[in-house]
Amino acid sequence: MIYEIISMNGYGLYVWSAFFFTLISFASLFLVTKFQLLKEQKRFVSKFGLLNIEKAKKAKSQNINKEILANTLSSKI
Amino acid sequence: MFKFFEPNKIFSITFRAQKYVLFLFIIVLSIGLTEALILSPEDYKQSHSVRIMYVHVPSAWISLGIFAIIAFLSLGSFVFKNKNFPLISKSLAPSGFIFSVIALVTGAIWGKPTWGTWWAWDARITSMLVLALFYMMYLLVWRIFENKDQATKITSIIAIVGAINIPIIKFSVDWWTTLHQNTSVNILSETSIHPSMLIPLGIMTAAFVLFSLLIFLMKYNTELIKIKNKGLDRL
Repeated sequence: MIYEIISMNGYGLYVWSAFFFTLISFASLFLVTKFQLLKEQKRFVSKFGLLNIEKAKKAKSQNINKEILANTLSSKI
Repeated sequence: MFKFFEPNKIFSITFRAQKYVLFLFIIVLSIGLTEALILSPEDYKQSHSVRIMYVHVPSAWISLGIFAIIAFLSLGSFVFKNKNFPLISKSLAPSGFIFSVIALVTGAIWGKPTWGTWWAWDARITSMLVLALFYMMYLLVWRIFENKDQATKITSIIAIVGAINIPIIKFSVDWWTTLHQNTSVNILSETSIHPSMLIPLGIMTAAFVLFSLLIFLMKYNTELIKIKNKGLDRL
């Protein structure tokens, strides 16, 4: 049964390589995109930390900035 | 209506949606892979090599669909001067590009046992290669040009010109004699694929759509945070 799934009547090499290529492409794109997102989030937090009280208050008046900070600190993915 | 979709208003949704889409993608992909690699039957002519269809066909469909959306949004950004449209297009392009590459590579892998060759300059394959090149140009322009307005204009032109290629890809098998078979899955007329193969194909397509949605959300959020980073500099 397992041998049949792996060999696929002699087509196993073609089928498995097509699926592996697809999954590796998915993983690579996911990791690159995730890395870029984390980099921007980190940059935002460090820039925000450098703002003085007045500017930080002004920045926090925008909901999206509050959301970015909140999500960056709580995000797991 | 466009105001409802303003980035500032939907960021909390797009950010939180990521983890739910990832979760759903993993579940649907697991079911799809089980169906495609184990449960679905082999073809009476192509034997097990037909299983490549479950990654090749959805990839080709989605890469075409994404480019059509990008072209539509690019036209929209010219007409309505909406600043969110280029942002959406830019975020869609990476997954569209990857899917066009997957379609080409898995097509070559499928071509060897089926046609006896990895590559042929037939109309469908060549027009798919042209699509991948348009995606590449589109992405490169966003990387090369630092002026956002200039990049928006050039990428919009690339997308609109590239859209001419979409009907060519779709109808290439009808217009020319190619190695590819005629359309098997039709929305308006009868589909010639048996449900035992159509269902796994549908599940894999759903999984791939979820993956492109996931990448889109991540990329879109990255772009929004990039804009906000620049905003902090201007404070």
